[in-house]
Amino acid sequence: MEIRAELKYSKSHEWVKEDGDVVVIGLTDYAQSELGDLVFVNLPEEGDEVAAGDAFADVESVKAVSDVYSPVSGTVAEVNEELMDAPESINESPYDAWFIKVSDVSETEELLTAEEYEAFVQSEQE
Amino acid sequence: MLVFEKGAPGRGMQILPKCDVETVSFGEDVSRAEAPRLPEMSESEVSRHYSDIARRCHGVNDGFYPLGSCTMKYNPRINEVTASLPGFTEIHPLQPENTVQGCLKAIKDTEDALCAITGMDAMTLQPAAGAHGEFTGLLLIKAYHEARGDKKRTKILVPDSAHGTNPASAAMNGCSVVSIPSDEDGYVDLDALRAAAGDDVAGLMLTNPNTVGLFDKNIKEITNIIHECGGLCYYDGANLNAIMGVVRPGDMGFDVVHLNLHKTFSTPHGGGGPGSGPVGCKEKLAQFLPSILVEEDADGLHMTKAADSIGEMKNFYGNFLVVIKALTYIASLGAEGLKEASQNAVLNANYMMHKLKSHYTMACKGICMHEFVMDIGDIKDATGVSAMDIAKGLLDYGIHPPTMYFPLIVHEALMVEPTETETRETLDHAVDVFIELAERAKSDPEALHSAPHNTVIGRPDEVKAARQPVLKYDFAAE
Repeated sequence: MEIRAELKYSKSHEWVKEDGDVVVIGLTDYAQSELGDLVFVNLPEEGDEVAAGDAFADVESVKAVSDVYSPVSGTVAEVNEELMDAPESINESPYDAWFIKVSDVSETEELLTAEEYEAFVQSEQE
Repeated sequence: MLVFEKGAPGRGMQILPKCDVETVSFGEDVSRAEAPRLPEMSESEVSRHYSDIARRCHGVNDGFYPLGSCTMKYNPRINEVTASLPGFTEIHPLQPENTVQGCLKAIKDTEDALCAITGMDAMTLQPAAGAHGEFTGLLLIKAYHEARGDKKRTKILVPDSAHGTNPASAAMNGCSVVSIPSDEDGYVDLDALRAAAGDDVAGLMLTNPNTVGLFDKNIKEITNIIHECGGLCYYDGANLNAIMGVVRPGDMGFDVVHLNLHKTFSTPHGGGGPGSGPVGCKEKLAQFLPSILVEEDADGLHMTKAADSIGEMKNFYGNFLVVIKALTYIASLGAEGLKEASQNAVLNANYMMHKLKSHYTMACKGICMHEFVMDIGDIKDATGVSAMDIAKGLLDYGIHPPTMYFPLIVHEALMVEPTETETRETLDHAVDVFIELAERAKSDPEALHSAPHNTVIGRPDEVKAARQPVLKYDFAAE
């Protein structure tokens, strides 16, 4: 399982990257491996508001549909629409397959560092 | 081979009767430019084609079908006999009511019986299936609040163990969904429920027994919490087979309920059904019901409409012949028989669970209701064999897999619902197979990863089927 040191993480298994004015959000490697092969992604639209702790997208695997939560509040500045046609890219390279970029961030959940997230995943598995 | 790849031009059969009305040709403006490319086949080719398809399927007539939450009970043949009676089949939905008194009586008797079973005051037979019933029930709740000028109620509370259709139906209704967590024992977390209850809550959707097969011991308190905040309680009838004749949703405090005639009341489930999802409600919601209501007076039976009806949920009176099958089942069993059916459904599930609990981890301890959930997580950690592999392995023994990966709160779930219509020998055989598969997971996990080995179809590529579905025949590729 890959956890990248430069990223921050939520307890609902999203990774977060601060990139200048925007925050980039995606699903972690652990999340994609637990979900299994993804076959469908539902994304928000540019300009939508997201709220910290609320679902902004959902992903569907052969097993089930799962919500993807936003760790921040703000406005969706950009959506990675390539995921719609290639949901498998989330399985193949979860840290490149970003979901959305959020601007005008007003609120951020308490996020975990890479070490904290690794410990959190360990505790979830037990 | 698809039907389009069979037959040859000019081949045909004689089974269609001669047209007994004048034929009419349409003008070119409405005619299609090319004739449809329908297969041309002999009668024996068609017959073999469908037998071939049937061999690739597993129906409740082929073997044990313990698909949790689906209540795949036996469909008695007598249901088909009554539903084929010409008085029920050779009618038109627009016939004057004095010429269909028998059909109206059947509708009335079914409504009355289902009200008695659920503890509701009124019932509509119009919805076509469970989720359609949920949607209908939520429209009733919405109409109730709006009629009182209470427009701020936009939230529907749904426990995290709920059927996936519950949040979907709420979203379809324009409500926002608030997920209520389960506590460690699998029951609704009362503190979380109290925290979520407020004057913006339209209602709660719940099935009891819940999806891990437990009867929520706090049910009265749960419905009280919702009523106290001004919301209404919706009962998902998917699991009614556990409690028929024993306890009624109306007495638990529910205001609206849907039933699945194709689960609890022995009408065909799957394979085109069709389904039927009657919705019952308490008196305070009856004025909003869809479809017709049947009333009886000295002159006979009459069709009326509810005063503030939400409108039609489906054309005419729902899947009427399915209702006839359910009425036949209710009349065949009677009140005592229905109760006994539920008791045996619970007994069968506990019998299997008890025999399996030293071989599989059960998601919840103690006595279950009509179904139980096994957690394959520890087997997967130890051997790599997943719930999916065990499910596929069952197919080699002529047993349909249980429901997999549901409820979502159990990660490697297998949800087993034997129903009351299976013999002890069938249950014993299934238990032996389950135990054998648990042993094989340790001794030969590879064999289970590639199971099934003896079926017509092996393990289809589900991921590819979902990512690149082929949904139509490509004539151009011929």
